[in-house]
Amino acid sequence: MKLLTHNFLSSHVKGVGPRGFPLRLQASEVRIMPVEFNPDFVARMIPKVEWAALVEAANTLSLGEVPTEPIQGYEQNEDFLRTMHHILLEVEVMEGTLQCPESGRVFPITRGIPNMLLSDEQTEA
Amino acid sequence: MKRTVCAKSIFELWGHGKSPEELYSSLKNYPVEKMVPFLHSGSTYKIKIHTFNKTLTQEEKVKRIDALEFLPFEGKVNLKNPQHIFSVLEDYGLDPNCIPENPHNIYFGRWIADGQRELIESYSVKKRHFIGNTSMDAGLSFIMANHGKVKENDIVFDPFVGTGGLLVASAHFGAYVCGTDIDYNTVHGLGKASRKNQKWRGPDENIRANLRQYGLEKYYLDVLVSDASKPSWRKGTYFDAIITDPPYGIRESTRRTGSQKETPKGIEKCPESHVPVSLSYHLSDMFFDLLNFAAETLILGGRLVYWLPVYTPEYTEDMVPWHPCLKLISNCEQKLSSHTSRRLITMEKVKKFENRDQYSHLLSGQCLPYQGHNSFRERYFSGLTKRIAKEEKSVQE
Repeated sequence: MKLLTHNFLSSHVKGVGPRGFPLRLQASEVRIMPVEFNPDFVARMIPKVEWAALVEAANTLSLGEVPTEPIQGYEQNEDFLRTMHHILLEVEVMEGTLQCPESGRVFPITRGIPNMLLSDEQTEA
Repeated sequence: MKRTVCAKSIFELWGHGKSPEELYSSLKNYPVEKMVPFLHSGSTYKIKIHTFNKTLTQEEKVKRIDALEFLPFEGKVNLKNPQHIFSVLEDYGLDPNCIPENPHNIYFGRWIADGQRELIESYSVKKRHFIGNTSMDAGLSFIMANHGKVKENDIVFDPFVGTGGLLVASAHFGAYVCGTDIDYNTVHGLGKASRKNQKWRGPDENIRANLRQYGLEKYYLDVLVSDASKPSWRKGTYFDAIITDPPYGIRESTRRTGSQKETPKGIEKCPESHVPVSLSYHLSDMFFDLLNFAAETLILGGRLVYWLPVYTPEYTEDMVPWHPCLKLISNCEQKLSSHTSRRLITMEKVKKFENRDQYSHLLSGQCLPYQGHNSFRERYFSGLTKRIAKEEKSVQE
């Protein structure tokens, strides 16, 4: 699971609503998969990112220096875009868990794929 | 022409007729000023003969080229790398069992560009590493990507991703792709193989591997095991297009998570894939959920492209699900059997999505016309059961 995806995921446990975001990330196996740098795509993603959630997730994975917010004129700043490219697209959680911050329900990540299935009692009405 | 899989080539028409004589007089009427830029003495060219539904010998082709001598070609012939290519196109009809002596129509034109029909072959499902029972035909997947107006740097999502066939086409056009499916085995690439003569899926059979096969791995974002009726995305608009082929309940079952304690069968090899439950998912509910999901998560101007299965004798246009935020762009039929077909529906988000609850009562009433199709599975097989009943009756008599 890439951090870009994690940034869009939210818990759909019954009654939780917007408090189900962000899912608390815990990783037991992470790998770095190089992906061809595409500045236009990264620049397009920057406005969609919930920055606090991204910083929290990146820190959980000990990714080092993570910008705390998008810098001015980021569209032209190649260094910034390359850093974000790495964080959002090249770091993959292979094994781990995502935890709903409100209900505590845990979603496992296996072989890089999160399993978001819930039983009926736990899902949104 | 860089996008279409429906057109083979495009030509600038210089003349046509129902016979060679008609063609030549038509060509003589074509303004010379329009021909000269491509025929002047500094240029190189070649002439090709294309025949549809007939084969000509080399001799016959040369004869036809020679007959065009009256055209003011002043350039040099270059068969390997000409600047301009001209084609004679002869149409011998559509019936391979009845090929006429003379063509119905003959056209002459200057070749401009080719379409993308070779993608149908190069992306053929026959050669794809990972397939499922209902993997989308390559040609159709490209048509769907075109309907979705997929372009470079888009994010395309498929909530019923299966083996990722639709993602492959979108990635080919430069979009970053992601998908979900309720079936753990399919998403992980495990379990029984869909290919004849193959028992279990191999290690290189999963959605990511499919993209890798075509050099498109960089466009792979993620796939998740998830129930499309209970999406887990935070509030917001992320997707430029949602392109999908939901299950019809015929060859793949329609399911969703729910509260009955029912253990699905067939998970011998992969016990960890336990889906908590498998409730039947009425088709009309599924499309209602899909449209609502699209209305909420598509960017304004984004497109939803999906297949809608219909029982043809009962189909009417107002059965096509609607949503106040989505505008119907197109509705194209593909016949499946004598009494069923599926329709490729394309919708575009034209209005901002306000509130999740707002739409629920509105839509369930409107979707009523589609309710009948909840028993699509029964109707699909109804032709078969009637025939079997008839045969049994005639045997008894």
